[in-house]
Amino acid sequence: MPMEEVLMPKLGESVTEGTIENWLVQPGDTVGEYDPLCEVITDKVTAEVPSVFDGTIKELLVDEGDTVEVGTPICLMETEGAAEAGKEDESGAEPSQEAPPASEQVEETPSSGHTGTRDVPKNGKSRISPVVMRLADENDIDLNTIEGTGFEGRITKKDVLKTIEAGPQAAETQPKAAASPEQEATPAPAGQNIVAGDEIPVTGVRKAVASKMVQSSQEIPHAWLMMEVDATNLVNVRNRHKSSFKEREGFNLTFFSFFVKAVAETLKEYPMLNSSWQGDRIVINRDINISIAVAGDDKLYVPVIRNADDLSIKGIAKQVGELAALGRNHKLTQDHMAGGTFTVNNTGAFGSVQSMGIINHPQAAILQVESIVKKPVIIDDMIAVRHMVNLCLSIDHRILDGLVAGQFLKAVKERIEAYSVETTSVY
Amino acid sequence: MAKISYLQAIHQALDYEMGQDESVFVLGEDVGKKGGVFKVTAGLQEKYGALRCLDTPLAESNIVGTSIGAAMMGKRPVAEIQFADYILPATNQILSEAAKIRYRSNNDWNCPIVIRAPFGGGIHGALYHSQSVETIFASTPGLKVVVPSTPADAKGLLISAIRDNDPVLFFEHKKAYRLLKEEVPEGDHTVPIGKADIKREGDDITVITYGLCVNYALQAAERLSKDGYEAEILDLRTIYPLDKESIIKAASKTGKVLLVTEDNLEGSIISEVAAIIAENCLYDLDAPIMRLAGPDVPSMPYAPPMEDFFMINPDKIEAKMKELAEH
Repeated sequence: MPMEEVLMPKLGESVTEGTIENWLVQPGDTVGEYDPLCEVITDKVTAEVPSVFDGTIKELLVDEGDTVEVGTPICLMETEGAAEAGKEDESGAEPSQEAPPASEQVEETPSSGHTGTRDVPKNGKSRISPVVMRLADENDIDLNTIEGTGFEGRITKKDVLKTIEAGPQAAETQPKAAASPEQEATPAPAGQNIVAGDEIPVTGVRKAVASKMVQSSQEIPHAWLMMEVDATNLVNVRNRHKSSFKEREGFNLTFFSFFVKAVAETLKEYPMLNSSWQGDRIVINRDINISIAVAGDDKLYVPVIRNADDLSIKGIAKQVGELAALGRNHKLTQDHMAGGTFTVNNTGAFGSVQSMGIINHPQAAILQVESIVKKPVIIDDMIAVRHMVNLCLSIDHRILDGLVAGQFLKAVKERIEAYSVETTSVY
Repeated sequence: MAKISYLQAIHQALDYEMGQDESVFVLGEDVGKKGGVFKVTAGLQEKYGALRCLDTPLAESNIVGTSIGAAMMGKRPVAEIQFADYILPATNQILSEAAKIRYRSNNDWNCPIVIRAPFGGGIHGALYHSQSVETIFASTPGLKVVVPSTPADAKGLLISAIRDNDPVLFFEHKKAYRLLKEEVPEGDHTVPIGKADIKREGDDITVITYGLCVNYALQAAERLSKDGYEAEILDLRTIYPLDKESIIKAASKTGKVLLVTEDNLEGSIISEVAAIIAENCLYDLDAPIMRLAGPDVPSMPYAPPMEDFFMINPDKIEAKMKELAEH
């Protein structure tokens, strides 16, 4: 029979592996070319893998949550095109030949699912001692049916022995029937002092974020500095254009866009901040592509505003708005994320006034834009009410030292303080 | 059968063997006229004469050296080291000579000596009169190291030790001397060297220990049984060479093992027991092997609260037993 393998696609230039987050098809499903088969997570992004054939799904070769290398077969498909080409005149007999394997498949699925879960109990009871594993195996006992009486609900040897004594029929009903009197009789097991809460399996984007963060904080020696910036004029500029802008353009003119603009311009002046540590050399990026952090529910995305230095404040505001909307709806793809050279993070959006960003590996720095806060400030020996904002810069200390980082941040500060109603155009 | 103390049981064993076998004699500091610092040998000199109950100079290397020489001449000396802490000057005689005579002479010679040494704390003996030194000898092939935990075992093991044709180190726990009393068979009572003994049956946890800690563990086990857990207690009795078979059997029975010693934790005899279990019982284990031992500090302090802190006691054992049972 014509059978085709669907391979784990290469979702980005530096991507070598992918994790199947969930399958969108099941064995037996008929799919057309370009129909999505599954969702694959790589570097902070979930992408759908489209089918490259018309045909029927025969077998899923990779379990959900498993990570495989690019090029690994992930499912088997019976393709219609090939079938027709091979046995065109016998097409009437074709369905009957296909039917048995299909029904076999249906039978196989639940049974294979059963064996898969049999030895490893659910509910996080993964601390199985060697003797418990051995006894369960020898006596063909499903540990999921046993209520553990050990520390934190661990299944002890005695729990298994009791189940064996109770016999095979009792094994299924034993936990419910025996558990409650059992627990009453046992005098206060130590485990009852600690009540474990809900457990959330770490999968998908959370897992990707976690491993990326670990990589960043382990590989990159972070240094951090903060400058206070007077954003009063910026606030004035934005307030002046705010409502008319929204009316005319249909999207918000955010403060954040002004900061991204200032950073993009300053990066031109200090290209070292726009570089990347590559082991034996430092690569200075020609393009200024600003990654921005976008949160959607429990997920974190870092889409990229490409060539931000080419864009006006309006252009940046537009992209920020679009990317944020995509992020909230989990519609961002690997392409949206790729190619960032510097990250600006809008931590002020949730009221933070000071924070230490973890650099988005393999970039050289991350800038956190904190909340704009009204504060009394002394100007020319007079106390004035000004809109102040903290800019926090984390740098890769392998590439950058305090001096250049300070110069860069100071230049950003000067740009922001130089915004004025008279001279600044948002277009 | 009469109820006698651990100390009296040892005295009985010496008396019985000296009466049985003319080649048996005892020697040590003050063992004769004074009857020993703890009175273990009291009356033996009067009964068997100054040549069979020999007061020696204060020189442990001499006591053991003399014993080895006498053994070469066909005697069966039982040397007393007043406190185990002071055995170190004799270590060279024990490790380099007594332990190796049979091997280096290709079985032509052997060294039937017994070295008795009171050890352990809990009697306010302070630093130099409280140490556990058994591990120093418990890794030297050629030696046998025995630590009895009950009066009956003390008598039976000492008689076996005197009759043994190899050097036997016989460590007596000082606190056990007058604390432990039980009925001890009179006359010819022997306990085999090299065999561990199950002192209590149970199927929830296994406690493996030796010496005074066996008694403490038994007390703790009785208390624990009120909580519904039954502890099996294996008394090693001979800590070198270890009775691997009994250790493996007892550990496999419950799959939960607590090892107890009064010695410092690291490198103690129970570390070796743990290794035996780890090597042989992996698929029978239901919990990590647990150890309860003295802290890794140089020696037992004099101050009573600090001595209590160092010493093993039934409370400490019970708490650890419970932790293991509930694992």
